Amino acid sequence: MASKRSVIPFGPQHPVLPEPIHIDLVTEDEKVVEAIPSIGFVHRGLEHLVTKKDFGEMVYVAERICGICSFGHGYGYVNAIEHIMDIHPTDRARYVRTLLFELSRMHSHILWLGLMADAFGFESLFMETWKYREKVLDMLEAATGGRVIFSIIRIGGLRKDVPDDVLKGFLPELDNIVEGIKACEKSFLSDPAVLSRLKGVGYLSKEDAINLSCEGPMLRASGVAHDNRTRGYAAYDDVDFEIITSDEGDSYGRCYVRIQEIYQSADIIRQCIEKMPQEGIYVPIKGFPNGEYMTIIEQPRGGACYYVHASGKKFIERMRVRTPTFANIPALAKTLQGCDVADVPILVVTIDPCISCTER
Amino acid sequence: MRISKSPWLLHYDGSSCNGCDIEVLASTAPRFDVERFGIINTGNPKHADIFLCTGGVNSQNKDVVRQIYDQMPDPKVVLACGICACDGGIFKDCYNILGGTDTVIPVDVYVPGCAVRPEAIIDGVVKALKILDEKAEKMKRGEYRSLTSAEYAEKIASKDGSDGEALQEEKDA
Repeated sequence: MASKRSVIPFGPQHPVLPEPIHIDLVTEDEKVVEAIPSIGFVHRGLEHLVTKKDFGEMVYVAERICGICSFGHGYGYVNAIEHIMDIHPTDRARYVRTLLFELSRMHSHILWLGLMADAFGFESLFMETWKYREKVLDMLEAATGGRVIFSIIRIGGLRKDVPDDVLKGFLPELDNIVEGIKACEKSFLSDPAVLSRLKGVGYLSKEDAINLSCEGPMLRASGVAHDNRTRGYAAYDDVDFEIITSDEGDSYGRCYVRIQEIYQSADIIRQCIEKMPQEGIYVPIKGFPNGEYMTIIEQPRGGACYYVHASGKKFIERMRVRTPTFANIPALAKTLQGCDVADVPILVVTIDPCISCTER
Repeated sequence: MRISKSPWLLHYDGSSCNGCDIEVLASTAPRFDVERFGIINTGNPKHADIFLCTGGVNSQNKDVVRQIYDQMPDPKVVLACGICACDGGIFKDCYNILGGTDTVIPVDVYVPGCAVRPEAIIDGVVKALKILDEKAEKMKRGEYRSLTSAEYAEKIASKDGSDGEALQEEKDA
């Protein structure tokens, strides 16, 4: 007798993620045979707003593509426009942007660690990691005035400067956070109960990761050394860092890569503060953008592309964003095949899904 | 204020940018910690007392929002969290946004902000608690039953003018 298949709908409203994603899990007993994702619950039609808001205002809309990686989205859009208009931001603006970018990465990765802990049922570890995330948010608030949406970036530089004494104050804070995450790392990477939930779960080989065009930590955890920061936008040319990879290829590897990237970000921030140049933060802009440009930057979740097509008018004709989660969804469908139903939450969280980026 | 019950929250992300959702989660995390009052973030609509909705309503999720609302037992309070849930916010002009949460279900408390701060969310929840108590009192006397989403849709449709005006009258009354 052929075994009976049943379909378990997962989402859109479910306790794993705060965001709606819907997956139909085709199961045979406790094993998932196929996973069919359907997206579109958060689609707003944001890209079309470029035809309704002028190109300077659009920065604030671009930031709201996603509340977690908001600074990066604002930066990606601004970077494209600055290339079209041939504007070169001052060194201080470049350094502050890099610093804020890395703070965002820290807060995003710590957030992910918390959600991961929640997914494997370790509630107190979730609370512990989020305690340190609040410290990162405090730093972002001191620098920009906002906790999750900053609106500090604008075409030509920054809207306001971050004073040197505020930046100096970040150094002891960073040490605190790194120390705290080091303590949490013990639970994530060496606790036997946690290891049993992570090791070997959601394995993705190097070839698969490349063929499915994975992005970010997902790709690096499968042993591919690829990081768009090495392209050298903002001030990444002037700071030292090495691409972090892991050969594990499973959820454990992804956990390892993200934890190491938190330390790496803290290190890049320290370098930025040390080398911070003293000069203006804003270059005035003239006229309207005319031309097109495509830029790729490394968001916490992976490479994100921003395409802008402008025709010398106040309103831009077309903006297009391609986000890392979209690239990672095929890998999610792949890793879900053959897993236990109980592991589904972990596998969904492991790609660090950001649905509002994906659907915009 | 004395809290007589431990209300459970249900959070649904309409079409928010995540900013508000993360702040909703942050308000249950150690810094703000609403859990110390017994307020728990649940995933099951049938366990929930307060419906926290972030982001505007779009054509894909309007039925999901209605369904969640209808599944919740009485008395229930709806909290529109963030400016997008209040009236569409920055995404008002997007082709796929129908408007705030109140285009599909009745809203009791509006919490503005972009992104809404955890302090504001807690403030909103405290207001919601008061409304919840009032509704429970009325229910005991047999004077109150909340509208289903279908009845609400009819109510909006029967009033002249745009949805916004219709709702304004309701608020005044």
